[in-house]
Amino acid sequence: MEYFVQQVINGLQIGFVYALVALGYTLVYGIVRLINFAHGDVFMVGAFIGLYAIERHHLPISAVFLAAVGGCALLAMAMERVAYRPLREAPRIASLITAIGMSLFLEYFTALHQVFGPDYYSFPRPFAVTTWEVRGITLTNIQAIIFVVTLLCLGLLQFVVYRTRTGRAMRAVSYDYVTAGLMGVNVNLVISLTFALGGALAGVGGVLYGIAYPQVNTFMGVMPGLKAFTAAVLGGIGSIPGAVLGALIMGQSETLTAAYLSSTYRDGIAFLILIAVLVWKPTGILGTARTEKV
Amino acid sequence: MLLSIENINVYYGRLHALRDVSLQVDRGEIVSLIGANGAGKSTALKAISGVLRPRSGTINHEGRDLAGLPPHKIARMGVAHVPEGRGVFANMTVRENLLLGAYARRSRREAEESIEKVFTLFPRLSERSAQLAGTLSGGEQQMLAIGRALVARPSLMLLDEPSMGLSPLLVGEIFNLIGEINREGTTILLVEQNAYMALSIAHRGYVLEAGGIVLSGLSADLRKDPRVQAAYLGDVGTPPPE
Ligand SMILES: Nc1ncnc2c1ncn2[C@@H]1O[C@H](COP(=O)(O)OP(=O)(O)OP(=O)(O)O)[C@@H](O)[C@H]1O
Ligand SMILES: [Mg+2]
Repeated sequence: MEYFVQQVINGLQIGFVYALVALGYTLVYGIVRLINFAHGDVFMVGAFIGLYAIERHHLPISAVFLAAVGGCALLAMAMERVAYRPLREAPRIASLITAIGMSLFLEYFTALHQVFGPDYYSFPRPFAVTTWEVRGITLTNIQAIIFVVTLLCLGLLQFVVYRTRTGRAMRAVSYDYVTAGLMGVNVNLVISLTFALGGALAGVGGVLYGIAYPQVNTFMGVMPGLKAFTAAVLGGIGSIPGAVLGALIMGQSETLTAAYLSSTYRDGIAFLILIAVLVWKPTGILGTARTEKV
Repeated sequence: MLLSIENINVYYGRLHALRDVSLQVDRGEIVSLIGANGAGKSTALKAISGVLRPRSGTINHEGRDLAGLPPHKIARMGVAHVPEGRGVFANMTVRENLLLGAYARRSRREAEESIEKVFTLFPRLSERSAQLAGTLSGGEQQMLAIGRALVARPSLMLLDEPSMGLSPLLVGEIFNLIGEINREGTTILLVEQNAYMALSIAHRGYVLEAGGIVLSGLSADLRKDPRVQAAYLGDVGTPPPE
């Protein structure tokens, strides 16, 4: 029983990180109906910003998060501006291919020696690891930080989307951007902000991931990116609670698979889930089948 | 002149949807634009509100050139476009829809004041302010769409087929409201297929055919025009009373 509970806690740790990344997929999809395949790479850049902020600049941990948030928000906005906006009226396949190209570009460009470099780098621990043990179950301060920071981000996101004027504009653009424009909403600005919000969350996720699994590389975003994407699809892409739910399920399924079957199946299970959802319930758990906009 | 359109040409790809259309709306007027399906009425409103960009010609509102401006800037200059099919945000409450209408007002208090004013005009919206807009009836959605445009306190309101899909009784109610809104000082450009209703409420009218204006004049004269009667008013032996 302790073993099971311990695995569930470990599954929550990775599930929460996936949630931060999955939200970016879902926010962007919700507003421009685009699967931003380069989103996992924004997460990777967040981890590297965290690494430099700690190692070179010795920033306090809150400033480390802020740096990653700012850097990744800007990166996501820039990506939208140069790569996706010019294609907004083009057939969807064009932006999909561009997103894949953008992803590969970020991975290989940052792998240059002049940028992040091609190797695996160890992520510095910004604080000493402490462990609490209660009845045979251990909880680390790293896990505690992941839980607290992620829940804070979720609360903040919920507030922004459902309680602010900008959030209202985001939901309006997502529902019908032409009419939103008629209301005086600057549609391009709202789309930019949505990318920024998704990027910011991925930045937080990147730093948390670096702290929990302290090895970074410019291709580190690929797997978590795909799993977070799967999580968003599983929960119902476009749905914010869906992305979180999907991510928690993904975290549990891969941790429990590794614990009770074999860790070699860990990644396979993610894609099995993706295929199963796409075949049986493409709208996901909390998604609604909505008629596509023309 | 509040709105002055000179010789605009609008295309959808190679389809020439508006041909040298010119049209004027004076402050305080209700002007109606009538025409058959596909004549280009909605296209004309979309060109004014910036959803579509004319390839040539000028659109002038309160002395300012609207050409090339994005829709949100035009909306903030006082042009409120109530689109065909209403365009309410079905997944938001009535109040949230109205707040979006007041989006350009940064002060929450001013927004609330405008909304209260709209509630006095549309008590039915007030009763349903927490209801999701998608669950409103067609007539209530039309009231919401008009109310949402009103909270922006526009100088010019563009209405695209407000009578569409409504029962005759509701059509009457909506047209009464349009008249009232106009008497309170909002200038209105009204697009309608229901030419009889449109010409009974409007001061002046334009007739659009295949993308071009073919007739214009005072509503009373248009109603008597045999061409208009044949094409748009049906075979009205005895014109209904005013
Ligand atoms: N997005 C579009 N792409 C291509 N053609 C379009 C588009 N929208 C409208 N058209 C065409 O432009 C012409 C004018 O359309 P518009 O919607 O302005 O007509 P309308 O007068 O509003 O008609 P209705 O009374 O049916 O609403 C029509 O021939 C229509 O098929
Ligand atoms: Mg129309």
